[in-house]
Amino acid sequence: MEKVDLVVRIGGESGEGIIVAGEILTLACARASFEVYTYRAYPAEVRGGHSMFQMRAANAPIFSAGDLVDILVALNQEAYDRHYSTLKKGGVLVYDPESVKPHDREDLILYPCPLKDLALNQVQAIQTKNIVTVGVLAELFSIPQDKLEEVIQERFGSKGSQILEKDLLALKVGMEYARQNIPKRENLKLGGTEGETRIVISGNAAIALGAVYAGCRFFAGYPITPATDILEILMKEMPRVGGVSIQVEDEISALAMAIGASFAGKKAMTATSGPGLSLMSELIGFASMAEIPVVIVDVQRGGPATGLPTKTEQSDLFHAVFGSHGDCPRVVIAPTNVEDCFYQTIKGFNLAERTQLPVIILSDQSLSHRYETISVPDFDSIKVEDRLIVSPEEVAQGYQRYRITENGLMPMGIPGKPGAYIARGLEHDGEGTPSYDPGIHQVMTEKRFRKLNLAQNDNDVTLRWGNQESEVGIISWGSTEGAVREATNQLKARGEEPDVLYIKLLSPLPRKQIEDFLKNKKKVIVPEVNYSGQLSHLLRAYFLFDPIPLNLAGGRPFAGYEILKKIEEVL
Amino acid sequence: MVRTALDYKGKLKPTWCPGCGDFGVLTALFNAFARLDLDPNNIAIVSGIGCSSRLPGFASTYGVHSLHGRALPIGQGVKLANPEVEVVVVGGDGDAFAIGGGHFPHAARRNIDLTYIVMNNRIYGLTKGQVAPTSDVNFRTVSSPYGNFEEPINPVAFAISVGATFAARGFSGKVDQLTDLIVAAITHRGFAFLEVISPCVTFNKVHTYKYFQEKVTPLPAEYQPDDRTKAIEMAQVMQDVIYTGIFYRQEKLTYHDWISKIMEGVRPVTPKELVLSQK
Repeated sequence: MEKVDLVVRIGGESGEGIIVAGEILTLACARASFEVYTYRAYPAEVRGGHSMFQMRAANAPIFSAGDLVDILVALNQEAYDRHYSTLKKGGVLVYDPESVKPHDREDLILYPCPLKDLALNQVQAIQTKNIVTVGVLAELFSIPQDKLEEVIQERFGSKGSQILEKDLLALKVGMEYARQNIPKRENLKLGGTEGETRIVISGNAAIALGAVYAGCRFFAGYPITPATDILEILMKEMPRVGGVSIQVEDEISALAMAIGASFAGKKAMTATSGPGLSLMSELIGFASMAEIPVVIVDVQRGGPATGLPTKTEQSDLFHAVFGSHGDCPRVVIAPTNVEDCFYQTIKGFNLAERTQLPVIILSDQSLSHRYETISVPDFDSIKVEDRLIVSPEEVAQGYQRYRITENGLMPMGIPGKPGAYIARGLEHDGEGTPSYDPGIHQVMTEKRFRKLNLAQNDNDVTLRWGNQESEVGIISWGSTEGAVREATNQLKARGEEPDVLYIKLLSPLPRKQIEDFLKNKKKVIVPEVNYSGQLSHLLRAYFLFDPIPLNLAGGRPFAGYEILKKIEEVL
Repeated sequence: MVRTALDYKGKLKPTWCPGCGDFGVLTALFNAFARLDLDPNNIAIVSGIGCSSRLPGFASTYGVHSLHGRALPIGQGVKLANPEVEVVVVGGDGDAFAIGGGHFPHAARRNIDLTYIVMNNRIYGLTKGQVAPTSDVNFRTVSSPYGNFEEPINPVAFAISVGATFAARGFSGKVDQLTDLIVAAITHRGFAFLEVISPCVTFNKVHTYKYFQEKVTPLPAEYQPDDRTKAIEMAQVMQDVIYTGIFYRQEKLTYHDWISKIMEGVRPVTPKELVLSQK
């Protein structure tokens, strides 16, 4: 099969429906059996400011949204000015001549299209300009019309037949215009193939559905970019699986409710971004102290304070690992891609139930709204764990909820069943009675920390690839995986592949796997999308070596070539 | 099996000062549980931080002794997750109206079926006598050495104004009436708020038992608790008379009623089907 790998970028004014157009294209391509990978940037405001959507579609696995673009759609001059330099040589510029004046460039193929005029006069609905644009692209690059119509029907079907008809007409108008007026080129073609069933999902949806699959039946949240759609999805779907979702007054209430629900016997979650995680800090300590399992998703964005609400960053690692006062054991995990968001969320629930500790899942904005094609999960192989629950016999024999045990665990009593106890934020003895005795505090702290050992020994807490013999290594976490894979794939082709370790369990750090990795390493690069080098600090502190940090203050993910450049420097 | 108040008594002895108003609340609460013959394993008492928030530890039921100000959202989480459990949230005036004040209106307007008992002593007792959100103007404390100049919150009036479907006031010096009020609050379907005047005998030398005993008066026999405006007016009488009893009561769909209706209307789906539907 001929190799197809196209990068399309659409830029324009926020509020013009650019994201919608991009999502329709993406879903249609995915249903036509392409691997898709998206990236979007938009201002925090609903309308006004610059908005951009990028989709990469290929018929082979892809790990990033691509650095340079094949097709740029510029809906206004700003979009052209910002993005024309990312166009590949020989790339295509689609633009509305009424609002964009391109340079005279011979290395580009220029396709002027009166997008606004078509929407206004032929569809008679200016707001369908985005769909007219989709139509033009569909005709130019042979994106299957039936798949596009299917997606548009699903998307706008609920908005009434008039809106749906206008949008379907807009698609046809765009296609017809391109057919009549633009000479067809044979390069840059997607076409369609029929293949196996795929799942197309965003990182946030993967987290929401991973939670449901793991048995989460209570969710509380407060709207916050870029985590809001987890709340929206679970508000809609939770009643369908017999659970409860609630939008509450603030993030403190959200975590408090989740903790209450878990105390009452339900697997429970909340989802937020950095500002919300800051507000939750005290309650993270409470869940740790009272030993109540709970899952907290932090879809990271640029910080501190309100920071960059719509832009990506990996700068909440310190807060996730250390935030909350006192000696406060907790589990922190981080998915590395959209598909992994599904599996790490299930993992998060398993670890929460297993350790009776709070679990923080660190996703980020770049994963949250990115659509990727993922394989249908092998459901039979997914393990779902449940907490230890006290039996009536154990209660009859004298149950102590917080009795000190070898692994630190005691079964939980569940309200409604025998096993009544008081969950407490005050230091307490085995029975849960408050105690300020320094000796009790010592052994109870040890007990709570011992439970972390239960999280460390799974095989899936790290991901390793590359040449294990190499003395150059990369250790990283989270969404940098795509860019690192792009870089190491290129080096592999040249026979210079380094060794790569992704740490998915960030608290407690998987000591054995990291020590194994470091055995033969002379240089270890640690790329992270944060300014301060947070994983670098942790590695230096726990493993006593000097990593080579590669940091980006954030706002955008790494590009593959940036990682490549750094490895080449070090090699 | 008919239970008695002793069935709800925990192993721990209350740590309150001798004479503390909270003893009366604890007694009335156990009396109410016994009168309703509730299974101790089916009760969750949820509290925040403060002297009164120690209460769950003195009972044999399930309990959460949580963080300062967070009793209400934790209690709501318990009830939403496990609606069969009888949830009683308890705490002081600081927990309810200062640090946890942001949660109160939302718990009330959601009408989640739980009981919230606030023990109001008009002072911070656990931290040894600072001014509270319910303290009177000009009240001198260690943290208001020139006298308090912030208007006090009136708990019952506040609860009614933000949508509580049950609002009552009792006095810890009148345990029988308080027992009746707790029974009424627990049996009310929806968010039931009960303020209990519960004197601090150690740090509040102004609002003493004697002070309240002279003022506390049951609402007039002819009073009907169905008029919001009238209820707020009566709740605000504070000078020579302080009324006790049920100020306001309204039948309304609870949060759980809404959820049940939604669940009946949606098409059920298995988690696996939900994953496979993403395309």
